[in-house]
Parts: sequence; structure tokens; C-alpha cells
Amino acid sequence: MNSLWLSHFTAASCLGHGLEATLAALRAQKSGLAPCAFETVTDLATYIGEVAGVDEAPLPASLAEYECRNNRLAYLGLQQDGFNAAVGAAAARYGRRRVGVLLGTSTSGILQTEQAYRRRDPATGALPDDFIYRTTHNTYSVADFVRSAFNLEGPAVVVSTACSSSAKVFASAARMIAAGLIDAAIVGGVDSLCLTTLYGFNSLELLSAEPCRPYDADRNGLSIGEAAAFILLERPADSLDADAVLLLGAGESSDAHHMSSPHPEGLGARMAMSAALKAAGLQPADIDYINLHGTATPSNDAAEGHAVATLFGNQVPCSSTKGATGHTLGAAGGLEAIISALALQQGFLPGGVNTHRVDPDIPIQYLTANQQRAPRRVLSNSFGFGGTNCSLILGRAE
Amino acid sequence: MKLAAYLDGIGLIGPGLDNWPAARPILAGAAPYESRPLTVAAPQSLPPAERRRTGVAIKIALAVGQEAVAAGQLDARQLAAVFSSSGADNDNCDAICKVLASDDRHISPTRFHNSVHNAPAGYWGIASGAMTPATVLCAHDGSFGAGLLEALTQVAVEGWGTLLVTYDMPYPEPLHAKRPLPAAFGIALALMPERSAQSLARIEVSLADAAPDALAEPELEALRRAIPCARGLPLLQALARGSNAQVVLDYLAPLSLAVEIEACR
Repeated sequence: MNSLWLSHFTAASCLGHGLEATLAALRAQKSGLAPCAFETVTDLATYIGEVAGVDEAPLPASLAEYECRNNRLAYLGLQQDGFNAAVGAAAARYGRRRVGVLLGTSTSGILQTEQAYRRRDPATGALPDDFIYRTTHNTYSVADFVRSAFNLEGPAVVVSTACSSSAKVFASAARMIAAGLIDAAIVGGVDSLCLTTLYGFNSLELLSAEPCRPYDADRNGLSIGEAAAFILLERPADSLDADAVLLLGAGESSDAHHMSSPHPEGLGARMAMSAALKAAGLQPADIDYINLHGTATPSNDAAEGHAVATLFGNQVPCSSTKGATGHTLGAAGGLEAIISALALQQGFLPGGVNTHRVDPDIPIQYLTANQQRAPRRVLSNSFGFGGTNCSLILGRAE
Repeated sequence: MKLAAYLDGIGLIGPGLDNWPAARPILAGAAPYESRPLTVAAPQSLPPAERRRTGVAIKIALAVGQEAVAAGQLDARQLAAVFSSSGADNDNCDAICKVLASDDRHISPTRFHNSVHNAPAGYWGIASGAMTPATVLCAHDGSFGAGLLEALTQVAVEGWGTLLVTYDMPYPEPLHAKRPLPAAFGIALALMPERSAQSLARIEVSLADAAPDALAEPELEALRRAIPCARGLPLLQALARGSNAQVVLDYLAPLSLAVEIEACR
């Protein structure tokens, strides 16, 4: 594929608001996970990665119909790191119909519906009058919200393939740009805490009672997080700074195995990584760091680790940053692409946090401490529930 | 780049529209449309444990997908897949919200894994064995158009054969009052980069400003307006007539999609 430029990007997660806070936390190997006290969820012994200040950040009056936690988190993200202005400039440069909006989410504004069900009319069972389905609950609402917030008129869509959603948007946007439908795209993802996810993963017995420990021999489940991650993707400018970050390749595959557990040998994962290498025209030896999916469930890390070892041996430093951010589900692909971009720009490899004893049965080079090594090309994995896989390769422009 | 593909197979299910061969004369205006409740069987291609867990949305998606693949004499394992729906398993969504609003918030693992928007794609992979890329989209009422655009970019840019599966099902109350979808519906198109003996037509899609085409038959037009994936019906009507045509489909205002149809036989 033709390389594309991540011309602007920003993230909000439990590590903080914006790139500076995110980078500082990664540098300090801090985790943003804390015991779960979200909303009315007081009966789950688990840790979560909650973004600070979402409840205190209402939407502007002109966008009030979109009011829900997911769109609030989106709006908070859009205000950071000059992203707002960058999109405005892109719309002025290319035209409002030439900027696409392709975002990932798994649960959109479902929290709004969960809360509305508690307020059903006792006599009729009707939902309250103030509940608006289209702009909150519907899976598309976050892309519609962003398109409306910027007065864009181009193609838009939400990709919802669970935990690979906001990685797959890069592949879809690259195709739209290659096809000439658009000149730039807002990609990334927004997923926010809700009861469906917390009680749902609890029902699968996949929640850890402690901050999650990716690739630890004693890992025992994941920690749910939330995030907004936005990237402006466009064709590379004629001259780029050496530390400009490019999307070099994307690879997609399916497990065709099971709804909620990965292929045991990580076959789908391996196919996605191979497809990304092929799209980028690269060999395994060209990759300097892998940001793993690394959810800290026993089965994910074993399957992914097996796939990574098969393709890369133990030569490539790897880590999962979910010990720091939690698993941000539909936003994870976008958030981890941004973490990968920071690693490329700042010249360091983020070590995984919370992992005390790396699983000796997974023969990969798992980092538990940051390394001052400047990667040139990074691979980022995102694998979803239902077996939808996506790997991205990012690289420095130099 | 031209966003073009050869259409090798069609799958269709809707009220009074049992499958593509049965619906074709109705859409072409050669047979009357008679609305009746739709029934769809659980897909036999799924293992029994998975088959028991499927709701209406998954059954519709798999049925129309399989119809399109069979009609095109294609191997599903060789096709990428694009699933697009305004909702997902909407009965399941209601059931989860009810449990979460009750005193006992324990939801079942099956309820949870069927709650993801990509559940039909997951079951499709299990049923077909396809390890090819599958994506799952939502664009509210523009979901048919969004799915068609994604599928066409896959064919045109990647050179893949891509199966587009669009589907919707009603919500039960109380969500039905907020999002009134009157019936379940599904359309699948097998879109290929090269012409084959099975090719029905070549279609070329572009972004447009024109108002979307309406259907002359009032009940079918009511379905088109009320069900997001049924907004693909003007395309199917033109294909049913079998001649060259241009149709305009709903997408995301102010954009619509213009589709040039060149019949292959």
C-alpha cells in the first residue's frame, strides 16, 4: 500500500489527557488503573482505567443531542493537541466532502440506554422522553458526532469489530484514500466504560481482580479501560520531518474459530501480521518493536505470543501497554497506534507494567522496563472478540 | 480509480421476499408484492452449540450471505466479507439492558458475546471457515451505502472478491418506540474483481448529490424508507429488470451513491 502520514494525533486515556500526559506516564512506567468504582458498579472486584473529568465535560449546546459518555469522551479528545484546528485546516485545504470520518467503537453510547432502562415508566415500560437513540446508543453515533462537530460532508462510518475496531479503520481509510474518494480521514476510536462491558467480561470470567498483568506467568485476566484516540491520516507532504510517522501497512484476517476465544495457535493473528508486513513490503527483521494486543487473559497472550514467536522468533522487543491503560476495547487499536507513534518519535520502547515474571512458556522478548532504543518501524496488534484481527505497521519518515 | 465490481451472486430476505429468485419477478413488477411475516431458519452450517445461540440478525446475515455465495458458485473461504447493519442482535441488546437495570446484573456469557456488533461476522467465520478479512460497519440509516462503499474499495483497491452482507432486525419494546424498525431484512452481494460466467452485472459506484430513487410499489417503498439495509432495494430492482440502468441510493446526507449497472447477460 501507499504510505500515509499521521499528520496529527491525540489520545485521552486513564494515563491522562493529551500526548504530553500520555508520554510522561509511559516514560515513568505508570499505570492508570484503579479499583472499579464506576457509576453504580460496586460489586465487581476489578480494576479499571477511567478517563478523568468525562462527567464534568458537557457537550456544547449545539451538539447537545449527542450527549452521552462516549461522545463526551470524544469531544474531550478532539480539544487536545491542536487536533480541532488541524481538522479545520484539512477541511479548508481539501474540502468538507474530502475529509472522511472512520472511527472504531464497540459499545458506543450504550451506557445512556442502560441508564434509561432504569428510568422506564413504571406503568407502560416506556423509555424516558429525553432518551435519543440515534445520537447516543446507535453504533454510528460517535462518527456522526465527529462529522457534525466539524461540519464535514464526506464519507463516514463506524467499524465495530470489538477490540480490533480502531485498528481496522486505518485499513478502510487507506482504501478510501487510494480509491480517490477522500484526501484525508479522521481515524481512531472512542470507547467508554459501561455496564454491558464490565458485567459481560465478568460473565466470561475474564476480569482480573488486580491490575492486569500482560504476559505474566500468573496473568489472570484483563482490566477494562476507556479512551479516545484520534489521528488525522493524509497523503505524505512533499517534505516531512524525520520524526514524522507514516502508516506503512495494515493486515487483516479472521480466526474462524470461536466467538470469545482466540485460535489456540494464533493462526489468525499470524496471518494479520504477515499481511501487514506484505502490505508494507517489509520482512520480520525490519520490525524494531511490537506493541502487543496483550490483554492479559491466559488464552490471548498464549495464542498471540505463539504467533509472534513463529513469525519473529525472540529477536524483536515486545510489550503490551494494557497494564498501563487497561484494555480500551474499540479504542485500543487507535490508542496503541498513537503509543507506537510516540515511541517512534521519542526514541524509546515502552516496557509493559504490572508484569512481574514473564511467562517462560512464551518465547518472545517481552520488555518489562523502558528501553532507550530508537525504533524505526513498529508493529501494533489488535485482535477482536469474534475473531477479527488487524495489525498495523508504523514507521519514521526518514 | 473506478469503483467497479462484477456482481456474481445476490442474497435477499425480507417480509414477502423469500430469496432472490422468488423476489426477482416481484421487484421487476411482473408479480404482485404480498407482505407476510418473515421466517428464517437457523444456519445448518453452524455446529449445533453455535446454532442454538443465534438470534434473528445472525440467521438473516448468514442466510443471505450463503445465498449470494451459492448463486455465484463461489468459495466463501476465498472471499473477504463486509457486514453492515444499523443495529445487531437487537433482542439480545434489550435482554441485556433489562438485566442490567434489575437487582441481579449477571448476564450470561452467550448474551455478552452475542452483544458485539460483529457477532454475525464471527458466526460467519465459524460457519464458512473463512480466515480472510472481515469487517463490520454501522452508519445508522446509511449502513447499506457505507457497506457498499467499503466492499467496492476492497474489490477495486485490494483486488479481493468481497461478500457484502447487510441486515437489520426490529427492536422489541421499549426500544422499538425510539427506533421503529418494522421487520427483519437482509441483502447480500458477492462482488468480484473479474467477470465470470456467473456475473450478473458490472456495477460502478460514485458519490453523488442526487436524491435517492424511490420504489413505485408503495409497500416496498415503505420498507425501503423504514429499514436501513432495504435502502439497497432500488439497486436490486434494477438488477431484477436485467437491463442497463443508473440508480441512486441513500447514503449520508448530503451524499448519495450513484450506481451504474451494466448487465452481463
